[in-house]
Amino acid sequence: METHSKKMAEVKLFRTWSSRFALRIVWALKLKDVQYDTIFEDLSNKSPLLLQYNPVHKKVPVLGHNGKSVAESLVILEYIEETWKQNPLLSEDPHERAVARFWAKFGDEKVLPSIWEAFNSEGKEQEEGIVKAKENLKYLEEELKGKKFFGGEHIGFADIALGWLAEYENVFEEVASMKVIAEDEFPLLSEWKRTFADAPIIKENWPPRDKLVTRYQAFRETNLLNKAPK
Amino acid sequence: MADEVILLDGYVSSFGMRVRVALAEKGIRYEYREEDLRNKSQLLLKMNPIHKKIPVLIHNGKPVCESLIIVQYIDEVWKDKAPLLPSDPYQRAQARFWADFIDKKLYDASRKIWTTKGEEQEAAKKEFIEVLKVLEGELGDKPYFMGERFGFLDIALITFYSWFHAFETLGNFSIEAECPKLISWAKRCLQKESVSKSLADQKKVYEFVVEMKKSLGV
Repeated sequence: METHSKKMAEVKLFRTWSSRFALRIVWALKLKDVQYDTIFEDLSNKSPLLLQYNPVHKKVPVLGHNGKSVAESLVILEYIEETWKQNPLLSEDPHERAVARFWAKFGDEKVLPSIWEAFNSEGKEQEEGIVKAKENLKYLEEELKGKKFFGGEHIGFADIALGWLAEYENVFEEVASMKVIAEDEFPLLSEWKRTFADAPIIKENWPPRDKLVTRYQAFRETNLLNKAPK
Repeated sequence: MADEVILLDGYVSSFGMRVRVALAEKGIRYEYREEDLRNKSQLLLKMNPIHKKIPVLIHNGKPVCESLIIVQYIDEVWKDKAPLLPSDPYQRAQARFWADFIDKKLYDASRKIWTTKGEEQEAAKKEFIEVLKVLEGELGDKPYFMGERFGFLDIALITFYSWFHAFETLGNFSIEAECPKLISWAKRCLQKESVSKSLADQKKVYEFVVEMKKSLGV
């Protein structure tokens, strides 16, 4: 009983309302039914506590647990998985774990940047960006063959890491007037997006869509302006 | 059932060396296959179709890619010997955080040292040393990054040591002068057979870099 309450005590999540990386942590904590306090940060005016908890990168999300801090969303996910063992996000099988970690990394290092590139472009440049993004998404489509989630029957580590695709990607497509994940080209990925977005816990925690649209509209305008004229 | 372990690798790759060190720490027998990255084998293209990169560990026919993912895999499969990650979740998180920091910051900065000149090179050297100093700060007075035992984070960083001689020569600076504690730590790691036998010879790395510079025209 004492150990349980020690674990429950003092879990803090530093986040912003919109951060898709922080959302991963919200999902993981809630899927495991871990009680925590949220500290919303204004990144233009970072709190001293945030700077203390994440001195190296000064970013969100950061997880505080019993006074100690963990930063970097995928590192935090592994920490949560190891600390609160209920509703595991990773398989016990080492190869399956390695595969899940691979897809999470692929998502962050290839899928996200390529879609973001296309988002911050227009015209021919955007078309080319979309082609590149689709090349990456093809691999995700293949991985979903015969599976409901990347984690199999249940939401797992890779689903959480890629989860932004189920909502943020829709926002990017709307704001940038582009179609990247079309139903006919990516039937499995399209289905996964819907299933994931509507899953319990996930469904209740999306940031407001209209606010996301406004926010990303502003980003895109700024990014397009900042691009050197061709 | 005997394990079949194959490592597709490149001799000078710091990422590949991480896997070699991990396998050596655990005393795992494996078949090493050197890849010519200008002429990649069918096996590599089949086992890592997405990135087509080394290292790839093939264990009983199944591939594992990405060096730090491979090292964790090795630690989880061969868990009864020489643990590479600490057992405490917070310590493990620290090890993962700093390994991620190394991957995000050190490689790019170091690459610019030998691919650029003049002001750009000076900036790269500065950044590189800054990153090493942060890591040196993390090390503090401990023998190894996580304390008394050599492990995951030491493995993540030590393999860049093979390239230091090349950086120093081409960048005309001394890493030891800037980060003496880190160099002491490196020499301590090199006293371990798993490390000394796995790290590429620094002269060979230098020759490789010189060749690369020619072929890249930098």
